[in-house]
Amino acid sequence: MRLSTRLAGAATAVAILLASVAGGTPARDQGDVTLLNVSYDPTRELYQEVNQAFGRYWKARTGQTVTVRQSHGGSGKQARSVIDGLEADVVTLALAYDIDALHQHTKLLPATWQARLPNNSAPYTSTIVFVVKKGNPKRVRDWDDLVKPGVSVITPSPKTSGGARWNYLAAWGFALRQSKGDEARAKDFVARLYKNVPVLDSGARGSATTFTQRGIGDVLVSWENEAFLAVKELGPDKFEIVVPSATILAEPPVAVVDRVVDKRGTRAVAQAYLDYLYTEEGQDIAARHYYRPRLAKVATRYASLFPKVTLFTVDEVAGGWQKAQARHFADGGVFDEIYQPGR
Amino acid sequence: MSVRRHTVLPGFGFAMGFTLLYLSLIVLIPLSAAVLKSATASWSQFWATVTSPRVVASYRVTFGASLAGALINMVFGMLVAWVLVRYSFPGRRLVDALVDLPFALPTAVAGLALTAVYAREGWIGRHLEPLGIQAAFSPLGIVIALTFIGLPFVVRTVQPVLQNIEAELEEAAASLGASRWQTWRRVIFPTVLPAILTGFALAFGRALGEYGSVIFIAGNMPMRTEITPLLIVTKLEQYDYAGATGIAVVMLVASFVLLLSINGLQWWSRRYQDA
Repeated sequence: MRLSTRLAGAATAVAILLASVAGGTPARDQGDVTLLNVSYDPTRELYQEVNQAFGRYWKARTGQTVTVRQSHGGSGKQARSVIDGLEADVVTLALAYDIDALHQHTKLLPATWQARLPNNSAPYTSTIVFVVKKGNPKRVRDWDDLVKPGVSVITPSPKTSGGARWNYLAAWGFALRQSKGDEARAKDFVARLYKNVPVLDSGARGSATTFTQRGIGDVLVSWENEAFLAVKELGPDKFEIVVPSATILAEPPVAVVDRVVDKRGTRAVAQAYLDYLYTEEGQDIAARHYYRPRLAKVATRYASLFPKVTLFTVDEVAGGWQKAQARHFADGGVFDEIYQPGR
Repeated sequence: MSVRRHTVLPGFGFAMGFTLLYLSLIVLIPLSAAVLKSATASWSQFWATVTSPRVVASYRVTFGASLAGALINMVFGMLVAWVLVRYSFPGRRLVDALVDLPFALPTAVAGLALTAVYAREGWIGRHLEPLGIQAAFSPLGIVIALTFIGLPFVVRTVQPVLQNIEAELEEAAASLGASRWQTWRRVIFPTVLPAILTGFALAFGRALGEYGSVIFIAGNMPMRTEITPLLIVTKLEQYDYAGATGIAVVMLVASFVLLLSINGLQWWSRRYQDA
């Protein structure tokens, strides 16, 4: 008992020491300030550019030098790191469910975090589209083409990938709207779709590799921004993007982590960092990295890049992330039922 | 107490104390944290989690593929070690160094590379496909990955033992009229058997916990090619810490029992050989 207390004491001392080394001088001094942005996988290039632009913006306004460090990984894994003590000043994750978890498990931020910034705290959006081989040999046009026999679909497992949950809910929402809200038929639809999935990778980038490098599957269901990148990098002569008739509005949210910024004294700069994402400059950077901007002015500038498509939200088709998670992705949920033996 | 009497080396208390402290810090405390965390679930929740059909299917995949991989390594690792010790050929040092590569390579890289080679359009997968063999994205793919990462363990444990077998031993056997096969079977094999078993246990234990390389090649289909570590990650993804550590504890206990019995077997084989 006494040993464990002493150990805990020693551990705390080490932690404080490390924090003071890593954290450097608090932001209140007119010196340098560092922020840690904990984000998910596909945003690496986006935030590299945002961080530099924000650095110049903040320097011009306050004279202070700000260095934003980035951390990327699977959205859920990143949230767990923050829960386990990674000192993120801001989190920019793939879905609201993962930021909700920060509140539920550690009260790092209030339950109302999503109402604190405009547009559900999602400064940019994306959607779910299809990537097919050049010429679209299987003639995939819409979601119902994915359930046809003989069409092989590549999408990661929604149990391990945040992006895959958007894919799943997009298919679910499409089926629900087609059947005028008949959940049994929507369930049958997603079951048939996942019967056509030969490989469930653990993350979105893994699925992209399976499809583009291994030549497996006829359709890759993907974030729109990732689809643009894949086609750009691998050649428009090899792959093309198909936009379905209706799909989901993916809103990757951002938030200031209150307990961390209050402790480190970085609230003002962290808040400004997120606000910057909503400015014309920030929106333009997002659009250049193939995220759909919110600001009308920037949206019109990039209108030719992003095709117009009917979008529905998670709230409309699943009643929000908490409900979607419990109903579809938790153990024993709809997704597990698809794989029950004997089906 | 009897231990103290037998030892002639000084510093037993200090060395033992240090060993215990070291093992506690590195092994025991983290592992008991896992057990404690799993205890946040009630017994019935714990039992329901660790015996659900999907989790049970994953035990079969993990233990089955690990066993297959370790057995393959036992045979071919022995062969590789034999070739490296007994023959001299140009490039032997290079081959010797290659054996360690699976240790050094990040497992994700190994997984990606193996998948690239064994997938339908890969160099080897292309030739397996017409034979009706699907290597990547099947249980076979998992065995391939686990064989890859386990190879050095058997080679590196058997190699020094083979090296230390004196030529006189074999000459004596031959002069007493043993055939080559008898010499191998009665003289060499019993000598290296404990090392083979150690290598097998290490390769097996390593395979049980492997995650990085397997998820790329397995295809991760529920009930068919999902490994237990993936289900642990799946639980964590739902912030179900208790469920995740529950499965982890089952893995821990099973691995410990298996490794303990392999150690027992090894001890027995050593005794049998001395007698």
